[in-house]
Amino acid sequence: MKPYLVSLWAITLREAMRFVNQRSRFLAALVRPLVWLMVFAAGFRAALGLSIIPPYQTYITYEVYIVPGLCGMIQLFNGMQSSLSLVYDREMGSMRLLLTSPLPRWWLLFSKLMAGVAVSILQVYAFLAIAAMFGITLPVMGYVYVFPTLILSGLMLGALGLLISSTIKQLENFAGVMNFVIFPMFFMSSALYPLWKMAESSPLLRDICALNPFTHAVELIRFAMYEQFNGTALLWVILAFIIFLCGSLVGYDPAAGLRRSRRPNGP
Amino acid sequence: MSTLSVQNVTYRYGAKTALDDVSFELEKGRFCALLGPNGAGKSTLFSLLTRLFVTKQGTISVAGHDLAREPRAALAKIGVVFQQQTLDLDMSVVQNLRYFAALQGLSGRAAQRNIDAALDRLSMRERAKEKARSLNGGHRRRMEIARALIHEPEVLLLDEATVGLDTATRQAITQHVHDLADDGLLVFWATHLVDEIQDNDDVVVLHKGRILAHDNARKIARDGTLIDAFMHMTDTTPEPSL
Repeated sequence: MKPYLVSLWAITLREAMRFVNQRSRFLAALVRPLVWLMVFAAGFRAALGLSIIPPYQTYITYEVYIVPGLCGMIQLFNGMQSSLSLVYDREMGSMRLLLTSPLPRWWLLFSKLMAGVAVSILQVYAFLAIAAMFGITLPVMGYVYVFPTLILSGLMLGALGLLISSTIKQLENFAGVMNFVIFPMFFMSSALYPLWKMAESSPLLRDICALNPFTHAVELIRFAMYEQFNGTALLWVILAFIIFLCGSLVGYDPAAGLRRSRRPNGP
Repeated sequence: MSTLSVQNVTYRYGAKTALDDVSFELEKGRFCALLGPNGAGKSTLFSLLTRLFVTKQGTISVAGHDLAREPRAALAKIGVVFQQQTLDLDMSVVQNLRYFAALQGLSGRAAQRNIDAALDRLSMRERAKEKARSLNGGHRRRMEIARALIHEPEVLLLDEATVGLDTATRQAITQHVHDLADDGLLVFWATHLVDEIQDNDDVVVLHKGRILAHDNARKIARDGTLIDAFMHMTDTTPEPSL
């Protein structure tokens, strides 16, 4: 078991160091949700009235409402960014180095995934700390309960990134996919508005949102932050994780970046 | 039992056959050059040896372990230096080595001992904390070779490892790798440059996916030079070696 944990730790540490060294990425990751929180939410507060919905037990301001959604957004971006680094690794050759390790390939990919999750959780807590400085706080235990849900939602979104990266042959194609994945997933979810509010304008949109796994990741985080458990969301997140992971393990071809247009007929 | 055995290996990219019924056996303590012009199938063969590609046609075994049936045991016996540089330039020398040791499942004292040995081999103990980016091309390559040996493999594969280096560095690295073979390692060195091969080396000549010769360099050259023999065999003009 030890070699497995050693490699997991090394891969996570490398990913975390890379993240901290890339100052601009670190800053962007923090500034992005803060802009939403400070600018978008402040402006929107007046326009949107929220009723009392679970897990909240009182009227809340819009800033408070979107905090879980922004945590989800951090993880969504991070999941895509980690898979971008997979495509990069593949082009730069360090993926080859990783895959010549005698450890099983699924474990190495899983370690990569966990490394991305660890980085995303670092970002979420940094964001929550800054939000707290601006007076947007959670119940104390909420900070603890949210941790395991962040691992799950991070895994689910990371696996989605992995699935997407396995279908991408070159770095350049990735920007387009980001636009077609990140924005629709984020906007068609409960991150910015509760689903009942969405239903007021379009029941169809509401149904799409309810099917979006990102909605369930956000709700899982939201409930945990307020010391509650959302079983439906948990099941959805786990199910989506399994589907994405299986898809990416089937689709993942480590040789993809090495071959360009050539295709083998090997097994 | 040979250290590296390749038997009847065939690999196709669609309709194009990259390797056609390739067989050879190599012993430890030898330097064997895989000589072939560009596009001969050298990189494909290396991808199969490191299990990046998998084929059902033919068998490869390393130190007695079948790569298809016991991939982990076989891979543990292989050290690889790829043509493309695979160092993490923003990490220090020692961090790069530690990362690789961990990928091989090494940690704690065992890892530290082997990392120290690698640094000594490079004479780079005092530069261990420097970023890999600050090293010149030759040092980076030597570091990759030292890294490939951290888990004490029996076979060292190098795919065109001197690409992009100046002549003096090229010679130093070629000599360094020959010394490793003298110390008991099997070195399998893919190249298209004939001048990297010494008289006593073994040579596998690969051309258009087929093996044209496998023998001692002196025997392949016969009375002439290896370069003439190679040109004659492959019917090509070799690349200028300097």
